[in-house]
Amino acid sequence: MALNLNPNLSEAGKRYFSAYSPGDDFYELLIGAHLDLSDEQSELLNARLILLLANHIGDIATLREALAVAREGVQA
Amino acid sequence: MLKTYTYPKYEYRTPPEIAAGKTLKVPVVIVGAGPVGLGMALDLDLQGIPVLLLDEDDTVSIGSRGVCYAKRALEILDRYGVGEAVCAKGVSWNVGRTFFRESEVYNFNLVPEPDHHRPGMVNLQQYYLEEYLVTRAAARPGIDLRWKNKVVSVTQAATGVSLTVETPDGLYAVEADWLITADGARSPIRRMLGLEVEGKIFMDRFLIADVVMKADFPAERWFWFDPPFHPNQSVLLHKQTDSVFRIDFQLGWDADPEEEKKPENVIPRIKAMLGDQREFELEWVSVYTFQCRRMGRFNHGRVLFVGDAAHQVSPFGARGANSGLQDADNLGWKLKLVMDGKAPERLLDSYSEERVYAADENLMNSTRSTDFITPKSRASRTFRNAALSLAKDHAFGRSLVNSGRLSVPSFLVDSSLNTPDEDPFAGRMLPGAPMDDAPVEKDGAPGWLLQSTGNRFQLMVFVDDPATADISALSQLDVGGIAVEPLLISRVAASACALPCVHDVRGIAAKRYDAKPGSVYLIRPDQHVAARWRSFDAAKLRAAVARATCQQ
Repeated sequence: MALNLNPNLSEAGKRYFSAYSPGDDFYELLIGAHLDLSDEQSELLNARLILLLANHIGDIATLREALAVAREGVQA
Repeated sequence: MLKTYTYPKYEYRTPPEIAAGKTLKVPVVIVGAGPVGLGMALDLDLQGIPVLLLDEDDTVSIGSRGVCYAKRALEILDRYGVGEAVCAKGVSWNVGRTFFRESEVYNFNLVPEPDHHRPGMVNLQQYYLEEYLVTRAAARPGIDLRWKNKVVSVTQAATGVSLTVETPDGLYAVEADWLITADGARSPIRRMLGLEVEGKIFMDRFLIADVVMKADFPAERWFWFDPPFHPNQSVLLHKQTDSVFRIDFQLGWDADPEEEKKPENVIPRIKAMLGDQREFELEWVSVYTFQCRRMGRFNHGRVLFVGDAAHQVSPFGARGANSGLQDADNLGWKLKLVMDGKAPERLLDSYSEERVYAADENLMNSTRSTDFITPKSRASRTFRNAALSLAKDHAFGRSLVNSGRLSVPSFLVDSSLNTPDEDPFAGRMLPGAPMDDAPVEKDGAPGWLLQSTGNRFQLMVFVDDPATADISALSQLDVGGIAVEPLLISRVAASACALPCVHDVRGIAAKRYDAKPGSVYLIRPDQHVAARWRSFDAAKLRAAVARATCQQ
């Protein structure tokens, strides 16, 4: 499973009339999940979320690729 | 400051009711001659309803204010007779560029597909739009437009509304069957009636400047996140007509509006953005905050609310004036049917239902943009910067960057006025959809589908050849006094056709509506799909019209 870098979000049973809607739906959920959290709590939430999603994806080659793409944009 | 525009001063005339000591009785009064109030007056004029339109001022909007007019608003303005003037004067643009810190992360092109009459977006200072609307309204004998007429009291009874109007020559009384409130975000009428509007204030301030630029600059929308010349904030640049550019600087909540407005503080900001070598002059400066809120419902007995008086959104996405014009579009025909006794007053509940749905969509989209542009927490800022940093190389990252989701009309798919599909159709012209335009020929002359629709119920009938249409079945369609006018959409050119007919020269209309010969669409007076079938059935059509007008 190659890492999908194209827009890929959608919700079953929902009809979209604008291409940006599913991405915006998700982004609102994501930011909403951090409501009322301190910065440390937000970091913990993000870490838990990454672990959950990694387990769901399962394929380590895909995860390795995602880690590499993520790291490309962050200078040490 | 430079002046590229001379504000008209409209003539105040002493209302004859003052000397006569008489109460003015009218069927409809509209309060507020901004873009929405003026559009509303022109919509009712098209329906044959005489209108009294009151405004407390005597000129157009000061400063550019509303800037972007979206495709659907332009199509509505076409119905009102000013679409051509707006498009001719305005700056048409399709390319938007998004910058993050020093560099461009991506650009978009708004043109979704060819073969539409109107472009995705036209930029024009609000004062031009208002001027064109005023000129149009002044030429209509059915519209009594009164400047310097300020409503100072309003009371509502079961069958009408009583107003006291203040003028330079004193007071007079107006009694109207219906009051349409288009008096803006602060809506004095809403306050006089003690009605609530709920939502939230965003804790941010924006500096807006109209700048006249000497040098050429592309007609594009440029949006900066965290640029070096304005760190940690956002900046938006739009080209308007007359080489006037509109620049919005995010300032933060702690900025002092009076200080920020001073030219000695504004000019260095613009110089930092444009570089020292580019010549410009300031034309207008303002500082604004905004709220996202709406009334619980937009109809209250004999009082109807339209535009900012009913709902207010953040400016990101150009969803203010654009949605206000769609309110007028939705309300005009419904009020006409109710006033004529052809539909029950419940039909006006559907005005509120449909436009509240649209307002919620606008509020949702503009709030999401605001939250992306002005993150409220460190986590939110980190995610935003991550999306921006991924956008440069990856398509999925671009889809998450939200610098404003530009106004598009709502698909009113949940409306109680729709007749649900019973036949399969592909595409997106489902019941509740705003009509897609298409190039067609009428009497051999090129034109557009939307130019042949609007203002009355119509049945679009797709045919191979108009000669094969069942003329007797389609002519004189009437449902409880509501006429449904047939419009044949023909694959071949019609020589002599007994019914209104357009020629779908390139088959684009049939394609967009997924139509086969025999397919029919019931179209509302506001150019929305109400129902559709694969073949004409008079009983089903009657039921659908009854449903679309709350007669059942």
